[in-house]
Amino acid sequence: MKSKEEIEYTQTAANVPDEWFSWKERDKEKLEQVSRPSLSYWQDAWRRLVKNKMAMLGLIFLVLLTIMAIIGPILSPYEVNRQSLPDQYQPPSMEHWFGTDNAGRDVFTRTWYGARISLFVGFIAALIDVTIGIIWGGISGYKGGRTDNVMMRIIEVLYGLPYLLVVILLLVVLGPSLGTIILALTITGWVGMARIVRGQVLQIKNYEFVLASKSFGTKTSRIIRKNLLPNAMGPIIVQMTLTIPSAIFAEAFLSFIGLGIQAPFASWGVMANDSLGAILSGNWWTLFFPAFFISFTMFAFNVLGDGLQDALDPKLRK
Amino acid sequence: MKHMLKYILKRLLIMIITLWVIITLTFILMINIPGSPFNSDQSSNATVQANLEAHYNLDQPYYIQYLLYIKSIVTFDFGPSIKQPNQTVNDLLSRGFPISFELGIITIAVAVVSGILVGIIAALRHNGFLDYLTMGIAVLGISIPNFILATLLIQQLAVNLEIFPTATWRSPAHMVLPVLALATGPMAIIARLTRSTMLEVLTQDYIKMARAKGLSPWKVIFKHALRNALMPVVTIMGTLFAGILTGTFVIEQIFAIPGMGRYFVESINQRDYPVIMGTTVFYSAFLIIMLFIVDIVYGILDPRIKMHQKGGK
Repeated sequence: MKSKEEIEYTQTAANVPDEWFSWKERDKEKLEQVSRPSLSYWQDAWRRLVKNKMAMLGLIFLVLLTIMAIIGPILSPYEVNRQSLPDQYQPPSMEHWFGTDNAGRDVFTRTWYGARISLFVGFIAALIDVTIGIIWGGISGYKGGRTDNVMMRIIEVLYGLPYLLVVILLLVVLGPSLGTIILALTITGWVGMARIVRGQVLQIKNYEFVLASKSFGTKTSRIIRKNLLPNAMGPIIVQMTLTIPSAIFAEAFLSFIGLGIQAPFASWGVMANDSLGAILSGNWWTLFFPAFFISFTMFAFNVLGDGLQDALDPKLRK
Repeated sequence: MKHMLKYILKRLLIMIITLWVIITLTFILMINIPGSPFNSDQSSNATVQANLEAHYNLDQPYYIQYLLYIKSIVTFDFGPSIKQPNQTVNDLLSRGFPISFELGIITIAVAVVSGILVGIIAALRHNGFLDYLTMGIAVLGISIPNFILATLLIQQLAVNLEIFPTATWRSPAHMVLPVLALATGPMAIIARLTRSTMLEVLTQDYIKMARAKGLSPWKVIFKHALRNALMPVVTIMGTLFAGILTGTFVIEQIFAIPGMGRYFVESINQRDYPVIMGTTVFYSAFLIIMLFIVDIVYGILDPRIKMHQKGGK
């Protein structure tokens, strides 16, 4: 008598009739078929970014903020600078959603105007930094040798200059306005970006595909545009997401020491500075809204930058 | 040793050029201030004006003015104030700087010690509750500007709960809020940096070796891991000094601390140009020298840096 297990074993392994099997031709086409759509670098990065909850929270907040910065002032029936002393220090209500400030101005309207200024300053400053940084860092890293040496020494000298002190100095002399603030923020701000671009270019220019491109006789400008930059884009974008909040902070800081955007404009820093005295008397909302939006915007950019860093540079994740 | 000397000399040269750039920049800005800086203002009286003209040698050609300006800065003479007669920038510096320096040193000590500790704890509890909690707070700490944190602290801890005094600089209790407001940002940056490098270091073979030898976890972390994990923290010290220094401008303003930062902001609001220029040069020189020291310390701590220098050429 065979034991139960043995019967099962012989049945499965040996006693299967031959007619149960059939010959199947290997399909050469299907063998090579990719079963899933292939993802480009950016699609892959985007998929990783979506998984990061904090980064998505930051991204959604920034999108909403941008929309509100555009349409917010239109939604409100009040003018940005309409002063109305009888309405001084109204707490948040149906009429004034965020309350009113020391001159009876509507904080809701002013907050979105402030968003315009802050985002504008942040984006434009970052854009200029990126442009100069890519040109300087790209040339320095690609040319190498003497050119690189001279360009890097200049960067090292500029890097040693205290950023905010130079900004303050320029604004004192040029006088604060939207244009001069952006000029002052970018005059030494691009140095960090140039360093990063140079580091990337130094690395990428030694890869085989660049050599291949060169051996085809591709022009230098085309190699930089088509081979180097797209591959250096990850760190550049991350650096840019981190440049924007530092520009927004700098603008708020400058408003705070009296060198910010002047009167007809309402930036968050100006609003926070104006309402310093108000919190001691209990009118918390005048400070709360600008303070909340400065902090949360910087928070959103910071977590988005962290998320992008993880998403764009998978090598870093261990 | 030879490499080290070469490295120090190279850094020294860059430091001197940076100093020269900032001095030249202030000079160029000074002679370009819209409408002469000295006679356009009603508040500057004849004596002050005469002193200023003598001090800046305005009758001389530019290149002589420039050389004299460099000479006065090298001899640590920053000139008189326009708005406060009989006051020189040196007077303001000697009165305000010690207080600001004290505030800065306490802030750095608090930020470095607590930042490193928090970073270690987060790394040891990697992906645990404490890790997420501390790193969440750290991102917030980086995001909230120090002047907003300062007003929040005053409102909550000084006005509502009345635990700490709101302003001035007299006793240790007066120091708590300003230091807290100023140290939170740098602390968060240090904590994040320590955490990430610590995580990297902890996976390395020599740490496994130290563990395998049977060393206590305490010893492994503080004697073996931390040493290498702290290298990146040293590199950002220069930027942190700059951040804390500019932070003192607003913090001293908000907490009514009679330090240099407050005089500086006042001089900006009153457009007291010699004070602004003098203080900027002084502060910049201070930071540039700090950056130099940090670079040298880093060079001494990390022997690899010499090989980089060599390999780079």
